[in-house]
Amino acid sequence: MKTKRSKLIYNCVTFGIIIAAFILMQLMLSAGSLSRTMKGQLIPICCWIVMAVSLNLVIGISGELSLGHAGFMSVGAFTGIVVSGWLLNAFQMENTLLRLVIAMAAGGLMAGLAGVVIGIPVLRLRGDYLAIVTLAFGEIIRNVLNCVYASVEGTSLRLGFLNPNLPGTLLLNGPNGAVKVGKIATFEAGFILILITLVVVLNLVNSRSGRAIMAIRDNRIAAESMGIPITKYKMMAFVTSAVLAGMAGALYGLNFSTLVPGKFKFDQSINVLVFVVLGGIGNILGSIISATVLTILPEVLRTFADYRMLVYAVVLIVVMITTNNPKLQSLLRTPAQRLKQLFRRKQPADGEKGGQAA
Amino acid sequence: MVFLSNLVNGISLGSIYAIIALGYTMVYGIAKMLNFAHGDVIMVGAYIAFCALQYWNLHPLVALLLAMVFCTLLGITIEGLAYRPLRRATSLAVLITAIGMSYLLQNLALLIWGATPKNFPGLFSLGAVSLFSGQLKISGNTLLTIAANIVIMIALTTFTAKTKLGKAMRCVSENRGAAELMGINVNRTISATFAIGSALAAIAGVLLCSAYPTLQPTTGSMPGIKAFTAAVFGGIGSIPGAMIGGILLGVIEILGKAYISTELGDAIVFAVLIVVLLVRPTGLLGKAVREKV
Amino acid sequence: MSEVIKRRAETRMVPVPSHSIVPERDLGSQPVLETHHLGIEFGGLKAVDDFNLTIGRTEIAGLIGPNGAGKTTVFNLLTKVYQPTTGTVLVNGRDTSGMNIVQASRLGLARTFQNIRLFSNMTVEENVRIGLHNQISYGMFSGILRLPAYWKKEKQQHEQALELLSIFDMQDLADVQASSLPYGAQRRLEIVRALATNPSLLLLDEPAAGMNPHETEELMENIIRIRDRFQIAVLLIEHDMRLVMGICEGICVLNYGKVIAKGTADEIQNNPVVIEAYLGRRKEG
Repeated sequence: MKTKRSKLIYNCVTFGIIIAAFILMQLMLSAGSLSRTMKGQLIPICCWIVMAVSLNLVIGISGELSLGHAGFMSVGAFTGIVVSGWLLNAFQMENTLLRLVIAMAAGGLMAGLAGVVIGIPVLRLRGDYLAIVTLAFGEIIRNVLNCVYASVEGTSLRLGFLNPNLPGTLLLNGPNGAVKVGKIATFEAGFILILITLVVVLNLVNSRSGRAIMAIRDNRIAAESMGIPITKYKMMAFVTSAVLAGMAGALYGLNFSTLVPGKFKFDQSINVLVFVVLGGIGNILGSIISATVLTILPEVLRTFADYRMLVYAVVLIVVMITTNNPKLQSLLRTPAQRLKQLFRRKQPADGEKGGQAA
Repeated sequence: MVFLSNLVNGISLGSIYAIIALGYTMVYGIAKMLNFAHGDVIMVGAYIAFCALQYWNLHPLVALLLAMVFCTLLGITIEGLAYRPLRRATSLAVLITAIGMSYLLQNLALLIWGATPKNFPGLFSLGAVSLFSGQLKISGNTLLTIAANIVIMIALTTFTAKTKLGKAMRCVSENRGAAELMGINVNRTISATFAIGSALAAIAGVLLCSAYPTLQPTTGSMPGIKAFTAAVFGGIGSIPGAMIGGILLGVIEILGKAYISTELGDAIVFAVLIVVLLVRPTGLLGKAVREKV
Repeated sequence: MSEVIKRRAETRMVPVPSHSIVPERDLGSQPVLETHHLGIEFGGLKAVDDFNLTIGRTEIAGLIGPNGAGKTTVFNLLTKVYQPTTGTVLVNGRDTSGMNIVQASRLGLARTFQNIRLFSNMTVEENVRIGLHNQISYGMFSGILRLPAYWKKEKQQHEQALELLSIFDMQDLADVQASSLPYGAQRRLEIVRALATNPSLLLLDEPAAGMNPHETEELMENIIRIRDRFQIAVLLIEHDMRLVMGICEGICVLNYGKVIAKGTADEIQNNPVVIEAYLGRRKEG
């Protein structure tokens, strides 16, 4: 991403791929050539793409390692479920699309609030300490959600903390999670959410605020000396990312008939992190591709059920070592590439940081 | 009396955390990496001891020793195969590799030992100690855990202060480049650190499963994360910090569960970590590093 | 009441040792920078002690001294990277006590760094645009939604960035990644970036380090040009005595955290204390 023009091309390619993929999926759906498992994966794939892109905003653009991204997703998911259930039971809102939109907005809002509350303490810390605190917050969110109960009585929403005895229709049942969720999520909504995410993230990156965020990542002290308030811009990236994760969470939650808080364990945060790292840190298109591939892969490998996680782990280690070890990289460089280098002499050496893409 | 009994249980659980945290903190101090697979080494150690006791009917001490030897070799192998090639890579790359290693160990365990939890047999059958005319009962296991913790602490402090290898470790942790120039074999020092950390993990695994006897492939992950938290809590990189952090964390967890809320026990632990880091951004005993402008 | 009276009775008044010099042309206007008894301790060691300096509105001033004398620490105190243990800093007459780096920057201080601190993954133009951050601004939502303000201000930023880059003839490098610039160009870019914040005092930390004599010559001319064009003051730390003696009007010599001499280039060159502590020993200049 150097010149304005190459940025424009990059953005167009990103949007183009997403739109093309959506059209292709729609065609395959109408032709009935998608397997049932693949159909079931469409909405989760959308959610994980949004999760990966939004986490990349924090890791790649803002340069902070967050290990609690699934926490925001779960806040969004359970907010969305409660809001949707409330609208249905209290106001008989049968229009699923409207309900979905409101639920997703509410999920994003609550996750954003959580982002503000968590960001204030977290963003004062640096490096590994910041990472461990985001991890801690992710665990706290899960733990707290385990204790939340919600029900609808008449038109009013009842919330209980550690108190399962609520009147009316139960929506959230503590550690047993959400009950009887209306499956109202649609693939189209997922597609639009991806588009929104891309517009927000790519436009943010190519704006004054985005440049400030990247400047802080590149050199905190220099950015401060140029008069850029560090906390404000770190918060901006963190909260934006939380809102997007919350919306993805709401969509995800409304795609299943049951959902327990235990679903959003630390492992889920790590999974999203793996998407981002394998897709290339700061590379939005990379995040989209790796989130898609790594969500489909386990389903494809279902026949090797016992070995698939093992294979996944080995692949993860091997990919990280091959893309990050200078000796192996030079060994793996194909003869063709060497020839290319011969012809293009005196090109500046590839930056080490650019070598992340898988 | 109930409070005292809770306190003792807390110290005992904290001692296990502390022993695990030592592995995290030593590796972090020297290799500057978050070794997420450490928690799973605990689980492997516990499984080895389980096999030795259950299937091969070995003496408990021999079983413990076997677990330690196996984990030591495992630690060295992991370091050599997965982490050494990434010595100069970004910390994120190393972190992801460590996570991959954690998945690998968990899934290998799943293949070998299956998903059904194993009931870990008590390692030593020690009688409980009664105090205050029977009002306070402390189990033998609890005492053993606390004693083991104290012995390990003293041994490690002496080791890093007195022996040549221990001094080399401190050098590498302060400044790897300078240590290398002084003729210290950095790779061997890091290997040794992993060896010690993993042997400690085996001990922790056996102690953990003696206290909480359900053993399954994911047994190590939560105590691993808690111990990691403990290491950060005490100031990551500091050996006494890991000790203090571990014990405090254990006590807070048990007391929180007893007096505040059972369901929120973990949340309380993590909340305390956050508060501590806000007051002291590098943990209780961590050194603040000033960026040179 | 009685307490107040008693306290005043114990106060002893002393004269302030202020023999500050500023260029004659700046006598009419307020000094851009004044420090009074500025000092900082690191664990009992006084890195800077009783540092008094006044810089005129359009003065080019020099801060020199042997390695480890505390020159960069002075910069860090002025720009609030460190909070002083004693003394005050006035920028354009405003006391900066309790301010942070960002607030100091908004008061009109901009600096470059001894060890170059560019935003290395960003382009040259983007680096300058970061300097323009508070000069030409629009909100986050204008940016995300691409509102009219976005297009208008982006254009302004682009034009102004190119104009600033043209000072050093760098407008053709606008799309190059900052880290791939040669060393001298990186130093020049840092100056442009600092200028973009519209400062009233530009702090340059060893601007000529790593430059060849020809580049240094050009830099000297450019510093004077910048001062003339923007009517700002410049305080620079430099080891290249040709540069310092060539363009600095007032010079302050620091050794072991203390000011050992202040004056014009001629006075400093002939000052026996300076020669002994610095020039004489290093056999330079």
